[in-house]
Amino acid sequence: MSIAYEKVQIARGNKRPTSADYISHIFTDFIELHGDRRFADDTAIVGGIARLSGMPVTVIGIEKGRNTKERMQHAFGAPNPEGYRKALRLMKQAEKFKRPVICLVDTSGAYCGIGAEERGQGLAIAENLMEMMTLKTPVISIVIGEGGSGGALALAVADEVWMLENSIYSVISPEGCASILWKDSAKAPAAADCLKLTAQDSLENHLIERIIPEDDIENGDFFFLEIKKMLEEKFEELKKIPVDELLENRYQRFRRIGA
Amino acid sequence: MAFLNFIFQPKNELEDGGREAGLPGVQTEEPEETEITCPNCHKSFPASRIDSNMHVCQCGYHFRINGRTRISYIADEGSFNELFADVRSKDPIQFPGYEKKLEATRAASGCEEAVITGTAKINGNDCCVFVMEPFFMMGSMGTAVGEKITSIFEYATEHRLPVIGFTVSGGARMQEGLVSLMQMAKCSGAVKRHSDAGLLYVTVLTDPTTGGVTASFAMEGDIILAEPGATVGFAGARVIEQTTRKVLPKGFQTAEFLMEHGFVDNIAPRRGQKKILQKILEMHREEDRA
Repeated sequence: MSIAYEKVQIARGNKRPTSADYISHIFTDFIELHGDRRFADDTAIVGGIARLSGMPVTVIGIEKGRNTKERMQHAFGAPNPEGYRKALRLMKQAEKFKRPVICLVDTSGAYCGIGAEERGQGLAIAENLMEMMTLKTPVISIVIGEGGSGGALALAVADEVWMLENSIYSVISPEGCASILWKDSAKAPAAADCLKLTAQDSLENHLIERIIPEDDIENGDFFFLEIKKMLEEKFEELKKIPVDELLENRYQRFRRIGA
Repeated sequence: MAFLNFIFQPKNELEDGGREAGLPGVQTEEPEETEITCPNCHKSFPASRIDSNMHVCQCGYHFRINGRTRISYIADEGSFNELFADVRSKDPIQFPGYEKKLEATRAASGCEEAVITGTAKINGNDCCVFVMEPFFMMGSMGTAVGEKITSIFEYATEHRLPVIGFTVSGGARMQEGLVSLMQMAKCSGAVKRHSDAGLLYVTVLTDPTTGGVTASFAMEGDIILAEPGATVGFAGARVIEQTTRKVLPKGFQTAEFLMEHGFVDNIAPRRGQKKILQKILEMHREEDRA
């Protein structure tokens, strides 16, 4: 059995906490803000304002849902263009009011459908990549489950990117890779090994800053308290950096990858 | 608007360029053959006749062309100065068989990578250009493509030059794993800096422009043109069909479809591209700005 593929299955597991759990445990006073003010409210992305130990923040999470009913309701965490546009709207709002931004990433990928293409899925992602690169407020993204390709990256152009110990982050799903490479999606476990998609691989390849241990993931309160402390500490640090320097660091964070 | 009528063929005529003909994977060009059959109108022509018509069939079908040929259609003779030619793909995640595939692709295509970058003059107008290469792993974006695109934008920002980019891509190169995904962010960062410096970026989407390239620098142009009939989209049409079990609308993900939905500024047939780019470049000269 491939260890990488085991992680893929854990990351996709339906007993993992979803964005809603992180939001309710780490933050207080969460007020959900709906809609992209262009077309619709995409339920695959949940966003709003909240407090992190008193400090106002903007929190945006891709929500997969915790049971069948919720999963249907949240389109299985596959955002449409309006979801990415809502996220960008909330980030711009955060920039205006100088609030730090936390993005929670958990998606098998951007929604794949006729409407998504008609409403410019590619453009929606592209705009987030551009705008997040120069967003004048600290941004931390955490991959909490699946980090599926461009649909995940659209919420992960950040000052720091963290991954849960058993989360994955990949350019393509192992099934997709296996079917392209070997015309056989059943070879996904082998593809998962090749793709170097685990949190450990990502840290080794200098693509993320931190792995969040999952020892206490079953013991909700303690697990979330640890993440809360990490966020508080990191934002304390990031808030002290002059904005020009923050943006230069963010640019260089991505600029050096593959250079 | 009169010049637009001259440059752009009427819409109904463009729609004759059949959708099927533009699907990725369709064999469109065999330079060795003396006869070429158009995948759209199914007529056969001597290769030289297609070549001399900028690789466009009389029915309007645009054949895929390699990057060097495209540069010759756009840049003034002798004006193209290649930059960042030494950048090569790395094998950042030691993907099985990737090094060999790269070698084989280099030998078969005669190209070093899936994009060519440099400076050129277009009817006398200085600019930076990048031209992606359909015959090198279908223009897929790995570290070399990401590095070259980023570098040409940084060069353009430093030298205050506009960028003209021709895209063709199957998306991010999976053999480079997450490192290739990150190139989308890296390129977008460089495009943003170029844009924030008040400089012009024009993209010309050619067949096919899909996946991670559509979701990054292909759609980030100030002005987005597209070749007639080109397939442009994020997710693959077949994947969408299989996932949603819905019949795709007629002309789905063609350049014309994107224009209809508001994501492409105009359709630019190959023959008129140099002229329209010249006009756009001249209208964005810094000395003419208010």
